[in-house]
Amino acid sequence: MKKIFVLGLMLLLVIGIYQLAVYDPLHERTMAFEDRDSQAYLDRSVNGDPGEVVFGKSTNLEDGAANTVAAIVVDYRSFDTLGEVTVLFISSLGVAFLSGGFGKTIRLKHKPGFVLRYGARFVFGIILVFGAYMFLHGHITPGGGFPGGAIIAASALVLSLAGEISGEKMKAFKILEGAAGTLYVLTGIVGLYMAGFFMQNVLPSGIVGHLFSAGIMPLIYLLIGLKVGSELTGILDYFLREEVES
Amino acid sequence: MMELLSLSLLFLGIYGLVTKHHILKMIVSLNVMETGLNLFITTLGYQEGQIAPILSSQFPSSALNFVDPLPQSLVLTSIVIGVGTTAVALAYAIKIFKDHGCLDLEKIEGRL
Repeated sequence: MKKIFVLGLMLLLVIGIYQLAVYDPLHERTMAFEDRDSQAYLDRSVNGDPGEVVFGKSTNLEDGAANTVAAIVVDYRSFDTLGEVTVLFISSLGVAFLSGGFGKTIRLKHKPGFVLRYGARFVFGIILVFGAYMFLHGHITPGGGFPGGAIIAASALVLSLAGEISGEKMKAFKILEGAAGTLYVLTGIVGLYMAGFFMQNVLPSGIVGHLFSAGIMPLIYLLIGLKVGSELTGILDYFLREEVES
Repeated sequence: MMELLSLSLLFLGIYGLVTKHHILKMIVSLNVMETGLNLFITTLGYQEGQIAPILSSQFPSSALNFVDPLPQSLVLTSIVIGVGTTAVALAYAIKIFKDHGCLDLEKIEGRL
Protein backbone atom coordinates (compact mmCIF):
# COMPACT_ATOMS: atom_id res chain seq x y z
CA MET A 1 0.00 0.00 0.00
CA LYS A 2 2.76 2.36 1.01
CA LYS A 3 4.70 1.52 -2.13
CA ILE A 4 1.76 2.21 -4.42
CA PHE A 5 1.18 5.53 -2.69
CA VAL A 6 4.85 6.45 -3.15
CA LEU A 7 4.75 5.41 -6.81
CA GLY A 8 1.74 7.65 -7.45
CA LEU A 9 3.39 10.55 -5.64
CA MET A 10 6.57 10.12 -7.69
CA LEU A 11 4.65 10.05 -10.94
CA LEU A 12 2.97 13.36 -10.08
CA LEU A 13 6.35 14.83 -9.14
CA VAL A 14 7.95 13.72 -12.40
CA ILE A 15 5.15 15.14 -14.52
CA GLY A 16 5.21 18.38 -12.57
CA ILE A 17 8.98 18.88 -12.83
CA TYR A 18 8.96 17.99 -16.51
CA GLN A 19 6.14 20.37 -17.29
CA LEU A 20 7.73 23.22 -15.37
CA ALA A 21 11.23 22.74 -16.68
CA VAL A 22 10.55 21.98 -20.32
CA TYR A 23 7.40 23.95 -21.15
CA ASP A 24 7.51 26.63 -18.45
CA PRO A 25 3.87 27.76 -18.66
CA LEU A 26 4.53 30.87 -16.54
CA HIS A 27 6.79 32.68 -18.96
CA GLU A 28 6.19 30.79 -22.18
CA ARG A 29 9.90 30.37 -22.67
CA THR A 30 11.70 27.27 -23.87
CA MET A 31 15.22 26.02 -23.23
CA ALA A 32 16.15 27.03 -26.78
CA PHE A 33 19.37 28.82 -27.66
CA GLU A 34 17.82 32.22 -28.34
CA ASP A 35 15.75 32.26 -25.18
CA ARG A 36 18.39 31.75 -22.55
CA ASP A 37 19.74 34.43 -20.20
CA SER A 38 23.19 32.96 -19.74
CA GLN A 39 24.31 34.01 -23.22
CA ALA A 40 25.57 37.18 -21.52
CA TYR A 41 28.04 35.11 -19.50
CA LEU A 42 29.36 33.47 -22.68
CA ASP A 43 29.73 36.85 -24.42
CA ARG A 44 31.14 38.47 -21.24
CA SER A 45 28.53 41.21 -21.79
CA VAL A 46 26.90 41.49 -18.36
CA ASN A 47 28.21 45.04 -17.81
CA GLY A 48 28.46 46.08 -21.46
CA ASP A 49 29.11 44.53 -24.83
CA PRO A 50 32.84 43.97 -25.59
CA GLY A 51 32.17 42.49 -29.05
CA GLU A 52 33.44 39.07 -30.06
CA VAL A 53 35.69 37.39 -27.47
CA VAL A 54 38.63 35.63 -29.13
CA PHE A 55 40.86 33.09 -27.37
CA GLY A 56 44.42 34.37 -26.90
CA LYS A 57 43.62 37.89 -28.18
CA SER A 58 40.86 39.67 -26.26
CA THR A 59 42.02 41.85 -23.37
CA ASN A 60 40.40 43.93 -20.62
CA LEU A 61 37.21 41.93 -20.48
CA GLU A 62 34.97 42.09 -17.42
CA ASP A 63 36.04 38.50 -16.86
CA GLY A 64 39.16 37.14 -18.52
CA ALA A 65 38.69 33.42 -17.89
CA ALA A 66 38.52 31.06 -20.86
CA ASN A 67 36.41 28.57 -18.88
CA THR A 68 32.93 30.09 -18.72
CA VAL A 69 31.70 27.73 -15.99
CA ALA A 70 34.63 28.75 -13.79
CA ALA A 71 33.92 32.40 -14.61
CA ILE A 72 30.37 32.01 -13.31
CA VAL A 73 31.40 30.01 -10.24
CA VAL A 74 34.24 32.17 -8.92
CA ASP A 75 33.65 35.54 -10.54
CA TYR A 76 30.03 36.34 -11.40
CA ARG A 77 28.63 34.30 -8.51
CA SER A 78 31.61 34.22 -6.18
CA PHE A 79 29.49 34.96 -3.13
CA ASP A 80 27.60 31.75 -3.85
CA THR A 81 30.87 29.83 -3.83
CA LEU A 82 31.80 31.35 -0.47
CA GLY A 83 28.54 29.90 0.85
CA GLU A 84 29.35 26.56 -0.73
CA VAL A 85 32.76 26.45 0.96
CA THR A 86 31.02 27.32 4.23
CA VAL A 87 28.63 24.39 3.77
CA LEU A 88 31.58 22.04 3.28
CA PHE A 89 33.24 23.50 6.39
CA ILE A 90 30.09 22.96 8.44
CA SER A 91 29.78 19.36 7.25
CA SER A 92 33.41 18.69 8.21
CA LEU A 93 32.62 20.26 11.60
CA GLY A 94 29.60 17.97 11.90
CA VAL A 95 31.66 14.87 11.14
CA ALA A 96 34.23 15.96 13.73
CA PHE A 97 31.47 16.55 16.28
CA LEU A 98 29.85 13.15 15.65
CA SER A 99 33.08 11.19 15.66
CA GLY A 100 34.17 12.46 19.06
CA GLY A 101 36.95 14.96 18.51
CA PHE A 102 40.71 15.16 18.53
CA GLY A 103 43.59 13.64 20.40
CA LYS A 104 43.52 9.98 19.39
CA THR A 105 46.17 8.71 17.02
CA ILE A 106 45.41 6.57 14.00
CA ARG A 107 46.31 2.90 14.40
CA LEU A 108 45.67 0.85 11.28
CA LYS A 109 44.38 -2.67 11.63
CA HIS A 110 46.63 -3.96 8.88
CA LYS A 111 50.39 -3.59 8.92
CA PRO A 112 51.41 -1.86 5.66
CA GLY A 113 53.88 -3.95 3.70
CA PHE A 114 56.92 -2.90 1.71
CA VAL A 115 55.10 -2.41 -1.63
CA LEU A 116 52.29 -0.35 -0.07
CA ARG A 117 54.65 1.90 1.89
CA TYR A 118 57.04 2.71 -0.96
CA GLY A 119 54.37 2.65 -3.66
CA ALA A 120 52.34 5.15 -1.65
CA ARG A 121 55.31 7.48 -1.31
CA PHE A 122 55.95 7.24 -5.05
CA VAL A 123 52.34 7.82 -6.14
CA PHE A 124 51.67 10.53 -3.53
CA GLY A 125 53.84 13.15 -5.27
CA ILE A 126 52.35 12.52 -8.70
CA ILE A 127 48.75 12.76 -7.48
CA LEU A 128 49.58 15.89 -5.48
CA VAL A 129 51.12 17.62 -8.50
CA PHE A 130 48.13 16.66 -10.65
CA GLY A 131 45.76 18.14 -8.06
CA ALA A 132 47.79 21.37 -7.95
CA TYR A 133 47.75 21.53 -11.76
CA MET A 134 43.98 21.08 -11.67
CA PHE A 135 43.26 24.06 -9.45
CA LEU A 136 45.96 26.34 -10.87
CA HIS A 137 44.58 25.91 -14.40
CA GLY A 138 40.93 25.97 -13.31
CA HIS A 139 40.20 29.21 -15.18
CA ILE A 140 41.45 28.00 -18.59
CA THR A 141 40.79 24.26 -18.69
CA PRO A 142 38.11 21.97 -17.19
CA GLY A 143 38.60 21.41 -13.49
CA GLY A 144 39.05 23.92 -10.71
CA GLY A 145 39.36 24.21 -6.97
CA PHE A 146 36.84 21.56 -5.93
CA PRO A 147 38.06 18.64 -8.10
CA GLY A 148 41.65 19.69 -7.43
CA GLY A 149 41.01 19.61 -3.70
CA ALA A 150 39.37 16.20 -3.99
CA ILE A 151 42.44 14.87 -5.85
CA ILE A 152 44.72 16.23 -3.11
CA ALA A 153 42.56 14.49 -0.51
CA ALA A 154 42.95 11.27 -2.54
CA SER A 155 46.75 11.60 -2.32
CA ALA A 156 46.46 12.07 1.45
CA LEU A 157 44.24 8.95 1.59
CA VAL A 158 46.97 6.93 -0.16
CA LEU A 159 49.50 8.14 2.42
CA SER A 160 47.28 7.41 5.40
CA LEU A 161 46.52 3.89 4.10
CA ALA A 162 50.27 3.29 4.19
CA GLY A 163 50.36 4.60 7.77
CA GLU A 164 52.45 7.66 6.92
CA ILE A 165 50.23 10.44 8.28
CA SER A 166 50.50 11.18 11.98
CA GLY A 167 48.39 13.37 14.24
CA GLU A 168 50.91 16.21 13.95
CA LYS A 169 50.47 16.38 10.18
CA MET A 170 46.70 16.51 10.60
CA LYS A 171 47.12 19.56 12.83
CA ALA A 172 49.02 21.24 9.98
CA PHE A 173 46.10 20.47 7.64
CA LYS A 174 43.70 22.12 10.11
CA ILE A 175 45.83 25.27 10.19
CA LEU A 176 46.04 25.31 6.37
CA GLU A 177 42.26 24.98 6.12
CA GLY A 178 41.60 27.87 8.49
CA ALA A 179 44.18 30.11 6.81
CA ALA A 180 42.79 29.43 3.31
CA GLY A 181 39.22 30.16 4.43
CA THR A 182 40.24 33.40 6.14
CA LEU A 183 42.23 34.53 3.10
CA TYR A 184 39.21 33.85 0.85
CA VAL A 185 37.04 36.19 2.94
CA LEU A 186 39.89 38.75 3.07
CA THR A 187 40.11 38.70 -0.76
CA GLY A 188 36.42 39.54 -0.82
CA ILE A 189 36.91 42.38 1.65
CA VAL A 190 39.78 43.78 -0.46
CA GLY A 191 37.32 43.94 -3.36
CA LEU A 192 34.82 45.72 -1.13
CA TYR A 193 37.44 48.26 -0.05
CA MET A 194 38.99 48.94 -3.47
CA ALA A 195 36.07 48.65 -5.90
CA GLY A 196 33.00 49.02 -3.70
CA PHE A 197 31.60 45.48 -4.03
CA PHE A 198 32.28 42.34 -2.02
CA MET A 199 34.32 39.84 -4.11
CA GLN A 200 34.87 42.39 -6.89
CA ASN A 201 37.64 41.41 -9.31
CA VAL A 202 40.20 44.15 -8.64
CA LEU A 203 43.23 42.82 -10.53
CA PRO A 204 43.62 43.36 -14.33
CA SER A 205 41.97 40.60 -16.33
CA GLY A 206 44.81 40.01 -18.82
CA ILE A 207 44.58 38.08 -22.07
CA VAL A 208 41.98 35.30 -22.36
CA GLY A 209 43.59 31.87 -22.15
CA HIS A 210 46.87 32.87 -20.47
CA LEU A 211 47.84 31.38 -17.11
CA PHE A 212 48.13 34.78 -15.44
CA SER A 213 44.76 36.13 -16.48
CA ALA A 214 41.27 36.64 -15.06
CA GLY A 215 42.39 38.81 -12.12
CA ILE A 216 41.77 37.23 -8.72
CA MET A 217 40.31 34.00 -10.13
CA PRO A 218 43.51 31.87 -10.00
CA LEU A 219 44.14 33.16 -6.48
CA ILE A 220 40.63 32.23 -5.33
CA TYR A 221 40.85 28.81 -6.98
CA LEU A 222 44.19 28.24 -5.25
CA LEU A 223 42.62 29.07 -1.88
CA ILE A 224 39.53 26.92 -2.59
CA GLY A 225 41.74 24.02 -3.67
CA LEU A 226 43.83 24.16 -0.50
CA LYS A 227 40.77 24.54 1.68
CA VAL A 228 38.75 21.73 0.10
CA GLY A 229 41.80 19.44 0.00
CA SER A 230 42.61 19.88 3.68
CA GLU A 231 38.93 19.69 4.64
CA LEU A 232 38.31 16.39 2.84
CA THR A 233 41.57 15.04 4.27
CA GLY A 234 40.26 15.93 7.73
CA ILE A 235 36.96 14.10 7.05
CA LEU A 236 38.87 11.01 5.83
CA ASP A 237 41.03 11.16 8.94
CA TYR A 238 37.97 11.15 11.22
CA PHE A 239 36.54 8.13 9.40
CA LEU A 240 39.84 6.22 9.61
CA ARG A 241 40.05 6.86 13.36
CA GLU A 242 36.45 5.80 13.75
CA GLU A 243 37.13 2.49 12.02
CA VAL A 244 40.00 1.68 14.35
CA GLU A 245 38.20 2.34 17.60
CA SER A 246 34.94 0.51 16.98
CA MET B 1 14.88 11.65 -23.78
CA MET B 2 17.88 12.17 -21.48
CA GLU B 3 15.71 14.34 -19.24
CA LEU B 4 13.26 11.48 -18.75
CA LEU B 5 16.07 8.99 -18.07
CA SER B 6 17.65 11.21 -15.41
CA LEU B 7 14.23 11.87 -13.89
CA SER B 8 13.74 8.12 -13.61
CA LEU B 9 17.02 7.98 -11.63
CA LEU B 10 15.63 10.65 -9.28
CA PHE B 11 12.43 8.62 -9.01
CA LEU B 12 14.39 5.45 -8.23
CA GLY B 13 16.29 7.27 -5.50
CA ILE B 14 13.19 8.62 -3.77
CA TYR B 15 11.54 5.19 -3.99
CA GLY B 16 14.55 3.57 -2.31
CA LEU B 17 14.71 6.28 0.33
CA VAL B 18 11.07 5.70 1.33
CA THR B 19 10.89 1.90 1.15
CA LYS B 20 14.28 0.73 2.51
CA HIS B 21 15.02 0.33 6.23
CA HIS B 22 18.78 -0.15 6.09
CA ILE B 23 20.65 3.11 6.68
CA LEU B 24 23.45 2.48 4.20
CA LYS B 25 20.90 1.66 1.50
CA MET B 26 19.13 4.92 2.31
CA ILE B 27 22.38 6.85 1.90
CA VAL B 28 22.99 5.14 -1.46
CA SER B 29 19.43 6.08 -2.50
CA LEU B 30 20.13 9.68 -1.48
CA ASN B 31 23.19 9.68 -3.75
CA VAL B 32 21.33 8.12 -6.68
CA MET B 33 18.62 10.75 -6.27
CA GLU B 34 21.17 13.54 -6.25
CA THR B 35 22.93 12.19 -9.34
CA GLY B 36 19.62 12.00 -11.18
CA LEU B 37 18.79 15.58 -10.32
CA ASN B 38 22.26 16.79 -11.35
CA LEU B 39 21.97 14.97 -14.68
CA PHE B 40 18.52 16.46 -15.21
CA ILE B 41 19.73 20.02 -14.66
CA THR B 42 22.75 19.49 -16.89
CA THR B 43 20.80 17.94 -19.75
CA LEU B 44 18.31 20.82 -19.73
CA GLY B 45 21.10 23.13 -20.88
CA TYR B 46 22.26 20.86 -23.67
CA GLN B 47 21.15 20.76 -27.25
CA GLU B 48 22.33 18.69 -30.18
CA GLY B 49 25.68 19.78 -31.64
CA GLN B 50 26.67 22.29 -28.97
CA ILE B 51 30.21 22.37 -27.55
CA ALA B 52 31.54 22.67 -23.99
CA PRO B 53 31.57 26.30 -22.77
CA ILE B 54 35.36 26.67 -22.66
CA LEU B 55 37.28 28.88 -25.08
CA SER B 56 40.33 27.07 -26.46
CA SER B 57 42.59 27.13 -29.48
CA GLN B 58 40.18 24.76 -31.23
CA PHE B 59 37.05 26.75 -30.42
CA PRO B 60 38.45 30.28 -30.10
CA SER B 61 35.45 32.58 -30.48
CA SER B 62 32.50 33.45 -28.26
CA ALA B 63 30.27 33.54 -31.35
CA LEU B 64 30.28 29.72 -31.58
CA ASN B 65 27.37 27.58 -30.46
CA PHE B 66 28.21 26.82 -26.79
CA VAL B 67 26.27 24.82 -24.22
CA ASP B 68 24.41 26.82 -21.57
CA PRO B 69 27.03 27.26 -18.79
CA LEU B 70 24.66 28.26 -15.98
CA PRO B 71 23.17 24.79 -15.19
CA GLN B 72 26.68 23.34 -15.14
CA SER B 73 27.92 25.83 -12.56
CA LEU B 74 24.81 25.27 -10.42
CA VAL B 75 25.41 21.51 -10.59
CA LEU B 76 29.02 22.08 -9.50
CA THR B 77 27.69 23.70 -6.32
CA SER B 78 25.17 20.91 -5.86
CA ILE B 79 27.83 18.17 -6.18
CA VAL B 80 29.98 19.74 -3.47
CA ILE B 81 27.03 20.06 -1.11
CA GLY B 82 26.18 16.42 -1.89
CA VAL B 83 29.65 15.38 -0.76
CA GLY B 84 29.13 17.27 2.51
CA THR B 85 25.73 15.74 3.23
CA THR B 86 26.99 12.24 2.42
CA ALA B 87 29.90 12.67 4.84
CA VAL B 88 27.59 13.78 7.66
CA ALA B 89 25.14 10.95 6.87
CA LEU B 90 27.93 8.36 7.04
CA ALA B 91 29.15 9.82 10.34
CA TYR B 92 25.60 9.43 11.70
CA ALA B 93 25.51 5.85 10.42
CA ILE B 94 28.72 5.05 12.31
CA LYS B 95 27.29 6.63 15.46
CA ILE B 96 24.05 4.63 15.18
CA PHE B 97 26.05 1.42 14.64
CA LYS B 98 28.09 2.17 17.76
CA ASP B 99 25.00 2.84 19.86
CA HIS B 100 22.75 -0.01 18.66
CA GLY B 101 25.01 -2.58 17.00
CA CYS B 102 23.06 -2.73 13.74
CA LEU B 103 21.99 -0.44 10.90
CA ASP B 104 18.46 -1.72 10.27
CA LEU B 105 15.98 0.93 11.40
CA GLU B 106 13.11 -1.53 11.98
CA LYS B 107 15.23 -3.75 14.23
CA ILE B 108 16.42 -0.72 16.20
CA GLU B 109 12.83 0.45 16.57
CA GLY B 110 11.82 -2.98 17.84
CA ARG B 111 14.49 -2.93 20.50
CA LEU B 112 13.57 0.48 21.91
